[in-house]
Amino acid sequence: MALKTETMVLNMGPQHPSTHGVLRLELELEGELIKKVIPHIGYLHRCFEKHAEAMQYNQVIPYTDRMDYLASMYNNFGYVIAVEKLMGIEVPERVQYIRLIMGELQRIASHLVALGTYGLDIGAFTPFLYLFRDREKILSLFEMTCGARLLYNYMWVGGLSHDIHPDFQRLTKEFINYFKPTIVELDSLLSYNKIFIERTANIGILPVDTAINYGVTGPMLRGSGIKFDLRRNDPYSIYNRFDFDIPVGKGLVGTVGDCWDRYYVRVREMEESLKILEQAIDNIPEGDVQSAIPKRIKPPKGTVYSRVETPRGELGYFIISDGSTNPFRVKVRAPSFVNLEVLGELCKGHLVADVIAILGSVDIVLGEVDR
Amino acid sequence: MKNTEEIFELLKKEFGDAVLQIDKETPTEPIIFVDPLKINVVGEFLRVSEELKFDSLMCLSGVDDANGTKVKDEAGLDTIQGGTLSVYYHLYSTTLNHKINLKVSAQREDPKVESVENIWKCADWHEREAFDMYGIIFLNHPDLRRILMPYDWEAGYPLRKDYKNPEFYQGMKVPY
Amino acid sequence: MYQYFYELLGSEILATLITAAVPLVNVLLAALIGVYLERKVSAHMQDRLGPMRTGWHGIFQTVADFIKMLQKEDAVSTEVDKKLYNLAPVLVFTGSFAAYAVIPFSSKVIGTEAEVGIFYLLAISSLVVAGILMAGWSSNNKYSLLGAMRSASQIISYEIPTAIVVLSMVMYTGTLSLDKMSQMQTAYFWNWNILGGAEFGFAKFLLIPFMIVGFIIIYISTLAEVNRTPFDIPEAESELVAGYFTEYCGMKWAMFMLSEYGNMFAVSGLVTILFFGGYQSPLGYFGDAIGVHWMIPFEQVFWFIAKGWFFVFVQMWLRWTLPRLRVDQLMSLCWKYLIPYAFVNLIIIGIITLL
Repeated sequence: MALKTETMVLNMGPQHPSTHGVLRLELELEGELIKKVIPHIGYLHRCFEKHAEAMQYNQVIPYTDRMDYLASMYNNFGYVIAVEKLMGIEVPERVQYIRLIMGELQRIASHLVALGTYGLDIGAFTPFLYLFRDREKILSLFEMTCGARLLYNYMWVGGLSHDIHPDFQRLTKEFINYFKPTIVELDSLLSYNKIFIERTANIGILPVDTAINYGVTGPMLRGSGIKFDLRRNDPYSIYNRFDFDIPVGKGLVGTVGDCWDRYYVRVREMEESLKILEQAIDNIPEGDVQSAIPKRIKPPKGTVYSRVETPRGELGYFIISDGSTNPFRVKVRAPSFVNLEVLGELCKGHLVADVIAILGSVDIVLGEVDR
Repeated sequence: MKNTEEIFELLKKEFGDAVLQIDKETPTEPIIFVDPLKINVVGEFLRVSEELKFDSLMCLSGVDDANGTKVKDEAGLDTIQGGTLSVYYHLYSTTLNHKINLKVSAQREDPKVESVENIWKCADWHEREAFDMYGIIFLNHPDLRRILMPYDWEAGYPLRKDYKNPEFYQGMKVPY
Repeated sequence: MYQYFYELLGSEILATLITAAVPLVNVLLAALIGVYLERKVSAHMQDRLGPMRTGWHGIFQTVADFIKMLQKEDAVSTEVDKKLYNLAPVLVFTGSFAAYAVIPFSSKVIGTEAEVGIFYLLAISSLVVAGILMAGWSSNNKYSLLGAMRSASQIISYEIPTAIVVLSMVMYTGTLSLDKMSQMQTAYFWNWNILGGAEFGFAKFLLIPFMIVGFIIIYISTLAEVNRTPFDIPEAESELVAGYFTEYCGMKWAMFMLSEYGNMFAVSGLVTILFFGGYQSPLGYFGDAIGVHWMIPFEQVFWFIAKGWFFVFVQMWLRWTLPRLRVDQLMSLCWKYLIPYAFVNLIIIGIITLL
């Protein structure tokens, strides 16, 4: 007589320590083996797009902060670039430089959270606190600049809300010098830890063609071994003036495109961001950061799709203007939203513990997935 | 690398009437209008064609064009009748590094668009979102459920311009 | 010890109660200090201070926590299997409490001088598995169930290498009594089993590498038996929320924690007794030197606690450094590496002992 067995459905989330927010994963399990993963999202839906239609163009910026709350600067950045493109505004050099510096600092801060929480998911508690200690330093730089530590509302259409503090350049340089050895420390503490490698190498392998077909972008796509970075491939702002590498997954300890590769791409990206910062920080030209801010933001009729490379991937703003002061439609192509979609594909045939490892390597921010 | 006009010529030659027109009015980016029931065929061609190779769908957005006539219903609320709902597709080729924008428009009363889910997997959730927010029906989509709103949301499609908040959701008062 | 109190008080009942209370005090103290130490060790490893407000450097923090725990509502969800649910924490705690009965803190402070001490210790600590399974099953929670299943398979698997290493040590010392084992490694640290035992000769030096292997195996497997990182998959807070005690709160939850920290010290004590001379001082006794012989048991208590806490500290050190293994990796580590090595080690130690 055959034993009667059935699969078990485990609802992981919305309240769970490792779903990085209110994500619900419906896991169909056979023992601990995953048969199927169905993500359910929308628990953090705040109707950003509906809000945007009721707001004037500049009033939308604080709402963009709240999408990817770990990379608010970059969300501002993407939005103002889109509106400037729509209106044809040229922003001053100084503004360009400051935006870029803030963007790269934000990238490091965001990756620090991603890497720290990833260690936490795998069970290594200590790197998390080390990385958060360093992130605090970046947040202090932001606080010094615009008074906020998490949600900045710093970049405005055509300019910035505040000029940088006179000490900003010196402190940023200090941070760069302080932070470089930390990456080495992270490598020895976590990246090349034998158990960490055991847990992440050869897990959740994402082939390149699947990645592109699923629209996956950012460190996830680069982890699969393709050199694709919007800062290079579709340059915006002044990124084409700087010299930096695009780290890609090479399968150093496993297969190309596994969790470890995605993790390590982020570590390397922090180094590249430091490189950009070093080149930019001394060359900020003089000028007025608010000179190009238009009195009335009333773009001509038309549409624009503009995209930037946030720490999580391609953040696209699709804005339709009907010629009035409010946007007619703002659609956000959120990187986490698209990257999360591929989770079901990645988790097939793995164990429950691997789902956590894979989800952590996708690095989602639910504020952005649900908007 | 091709610009939108060249691609439009190519598509016109291949599909004739399915590709309706090109709109060059908009300041930043021209848009190609496509028949909503042919978008899957056009999409497949765009992806596999050797000279185009649009392997990546950057964005898919539903839009309420709000170009119908506004009428007051019996409760005295504005509703829109007639006009169209549209879907914008932003495509990009990672190998050839060119982009195009497509637009399909469907009747507001019966918004049916062919799904492109089997061409670009990425479209799956985007289409679900467009369905969730605008009620655009994507034909042949494998799993067309609400995605951001609750599964049992019955008060319509929130991003439509004439959407009205319901009084209650599951016995809870909505406008607070 | 029973005999001593019996003679002192002249009452069997009182003597029994006091003798039974000593291990209880020991396990509670071990848990209290363990929790505090865990907080402080983790905090200092992570560049922070840990508890600082309750007393000097937060020294009363665990006491305060236990008072809080006692006051908490004993919430029990309606769908649990009440009998098993209430029994499980008691059973788990009983297991670790009972283990303390045979652990010799000094030549005088020992619950019972049972001749089969180590056998009893291994047997009674398996009771924990039953408690964990009961907790996981009765909670009616899928995370608990998964955690309990993981825990049962893990603890049972890792008992085998532990038992084999213990067996080799029993073979070598020729006794099952923990007290006798400690006594054999008397006086100076070169008499400890890790350094080949008390007898001088060629065999002593031959034994050293195998003793070290045995020590490493038993340390790893006891780590797994008490569910510590990197083997804490039954609790795995990032996967299974809190594993088998997800549904517990208040004092019942505290009992799981008590037994976890109690067990940590118990297995460290076991390792100390088997390889590091138990309660014996590494450098001779101060009491001997000045001729005050009643001081010796106190010195012995000090040395045992110091050695025990050192190994607990190493456990914590590992926990706050290493990530967590996966279920299958854990099993393959046990069955593919630890057990074969332990067997080979057993045979070699046996041959050397025979020679």
